[in-house]
Amino acid sequence: MNFDFSEDVTAMREEVNRFLTERLPTGAVRHQIESGAPMDRELWSELASMGWLGAGIPESFGGAGLGHETLCMIAEELGRALPFAPFSSSIFLAAQAILEYGSDAQKQDYLPGLADGSRIGTFALAEGNGDPSPDSVSTVFTAGKLTGKKLPVFDGAVADFAVVAARGAAGGIGLHIADLTAPGVAREHVASLDLTRPAAVVTFTAAPAEFLPLAGDWSAVTRLLDQAAILFAFEAVGGAQAALAMALDYAKSRYAFGRPLAALQALKHKLADIYVGVELARSNAYFGAWALEADAPELQAAAAAARLSANEAFFEAAKENIQVHGGMGFTWESDCHLYYRRAKQLAGNLGSARYWRNRLIDRLLTQNETEAA
Amino acid sequence: MDFNDTPEEAEFRAEARAFLDANAVLKSENTRTYRSRAFNPEDVALSKAWQAKKAAAGFAGFHWPKKYGGREGTQMQAIIFAQEEEKYLVPPGIFNQGVGMALPTIMSCGTQEQIDRYARPALFGEEVWCQLFSEPAAGSDLAGLRTRAAKDGDDWLINGQKVWTSNAHFSQFAMLVARSNPDVPKHQGLTFFILDMATPGVEVRRIKQISGTSNFCEVFLTDVRIPDSQRLGAVGDGWKVAMTMLANERHTVGQAEGPDFDDIFRLVKLLTLDDAPAVNDSAVREKLANWYCQAQGLKYTRLRMQTALSRGKTPGPEASIAKLVSATKLQEIAAFGVDMLGQAGAVMESETAPFDAWFQHALLYAPGKRIAGGTDEILRNIIAERVLKMPADVRVDKDMPFNKIPVGLR
Repeated sequence: MNFDFSEDVTAMREEVNRFLTERLPTGAVRHQIESGAPMDRELWSELASMGWLGAGIPESFGGAGLGHETLCMIAEELGRALPFAPFSSSIFLAAQAILEYGSDAQKQDYLPGLADGSRIGTFALAEGNGDPSPDSVSTVFTAGKLTGKKLPVFDGAVADFAVVAARGAAGGIGLHIADLTAPGVAREHVASLDLTRPAAVVTFTAAPAEFLPLAGDWSAVTRLLDQAAILFAFEAVGGAQAALAMALDYAKSRYAFGRPLAALQALKHKLADIYVGVELARSNAYFGAWALEADAPELQAAAAAARLSANEAFFEAAKENIQVHGGMGFTWESDCHLYYRRAKQLAGNLGSARYWRNRLIDRLLTQNETEAA
Repeated sequence: MDFNDTPEEAEFRAEARAFLDANAVLKSENTRTYRSRAFNPEDVALSKAWQAKKAAAGFAGFHWPKKYGGREGTQMQAIIFAQEEEKYLVPPGIFNQGVGMALPTIMSCGTQEQIDRYARPALFGEEVWCQLFSEPAAGSDLAGLRTRAAKDGDDWLINGQKVWTSNAHFSQFAMLVARSNPDVPKHQGLTFFILDMATPGVEVRRIKQISGTSNFCEVFLTDVRIPDSQRLGAVGDGWKVAMTMLANERHTVGQAEGPDFDDIFRLVKLLTLDDAPAVNDSAVREKLANWYCQAQGLKYTRLRMQTALSRGKTPGPEASIAKLVSATKLQEIAAFGVDMLGQAGAVMESETAPFDAWFQHALLYAPGKRIAGGTDEILRNIIAERVLKMPADVRVDKDMPFNKIPVGLR
């Protein structure tokens, strides 16, 4: 039985954790946001030079080729530290889409830049409120040009290019790479609930784009969502763990009625329940990591379970972290809100809980039929 | 990350399978039963024979020293054997309290004479053990127990009542903790004994539970005489011995058994709601997805713990998660299963109630799962204090002489 991260990944985790903890002490991320900068560019180049941006990208395309397990670990650490940087958009979504569905030439063209941080990618699927579905995509791709409006595109203001879901001439949904600096592309910042993950509305008007040849239909999109869901679940687990740790620290050091808050049974039971939620979510995320690395048939159900339990555990931890902090938790300076905001951004970014529950049950029903046959 | 055995584990698993194949029948859909019935004395002979067979083949007492008939193996081997044994139709195990808890405690706190007398008969299934801990006025607050142990010459005289004792009606011996000194604070005045259940003055009565079945007993102790040679540990050290014993229990308390995700999923697929398959109803799906996530989360949490064991680490009180989550999940699933049947939900006849009225029966035994082996509330305290390192509750009676502690409803 070896259901845990390998020793190599565990050793690397310590390194990533130490770096991010030292680099981003309490308040650092908030100050970055307050500075009005679009992202933490200095940190971005540091993440690149450590080789972490390219951790999951094969060596033949300029990455470190460390595989999905390593990427999952990094996602968890990023979720804990909340850096003001477009890691998830560029790596979990754009790089993953190109790796899965790009031609060799496209991989050669884009992946090395994503690995060394010189290019930033993002993913443009949503067109307003609602869950992912082929019917929700009205952006079209004809004769090498994209036309349509995408909202929200996270990290859309800082990205150099986006992987865009659009309807092709034959009516099916495909994925396309669009240069966001090209003529025909207008992007506008929109206020984001999650301050560390800014959003944009991107309008394409006959903007040049190239087709990802291996993304044949909508199932390419859902497969990408499954893969990304696991990485985002690790982010949520990291965030939930951080929020729980904050609540615990505060409850142990704050005194009321002559005792630490942590001695009050109402708080003990609350935080015990949060711990249980985080551990179950972590276990589901681990199974997701295994399914992602092995590209197992269980990937879809594993992704849904990992995402649903991680997002639920994260929101619970983030919301109760504020509650444990009392009035202090409600202030801008407490940093509690950064997790609270992220938890809700993650809860919707790839579709709602309802959408993922439906995908899960549908998948389990077909699995059952297969087993019965 | 993988789910594979190490070469040593694989070799052991093959050994276990070979033994089981030769001595037991594999379970199948035809042998499936939904309702577990109470374990009766007539089943004891079968369980004893199976235990003897396992012990003779080296598949019992995995963590026991070889000189007492054990394997001196690893906890991983115990897990692997249990995983394999679970796939076969075998008599229920009634030896955990003896082999898993009493004897390891005797080995660490008892005399050589006690070990020599009790170890082998327990391991080979000749003698069954039970645990006389809980009392009507001492449940979660075990140290508040009131059964008296008074020194009388070379013997001790025991008077009091114990309750929630599994297997007492066919046990030969019991691990008994009683109060030897009520004038000192509660944890300091306890002494531990080995009790021969055939001693005059021991009266066992079975408790009828809300489900109508009887899994537990109450045990009345009236002028029960125990020789001092059967004392386990020093006078006044009873709490320490009890804690040694409960530390062993922690490894054995597992998931609450009963209908789980697969079963409610199977039920829902049989039903319709508003002329459409019930499984398409979004309220149903929300519940199903939630239980799937919990069930999977527990499964993979267990595998993470096994990985820690496999790597030679000791699992901590994190194991409380499994019991806490599974008991509540069981109760919710049972209640939802009954709800799903609508107007006939309360009918417990097999012809109307699917799966031999399993959900209805589970509804009636589920409350016990949230109490036995540590209530939900105690488990949350354990997680908060031992895992999250939050301070212990204020215990106003901790330093008070036992006989000065206020008592309420008893």
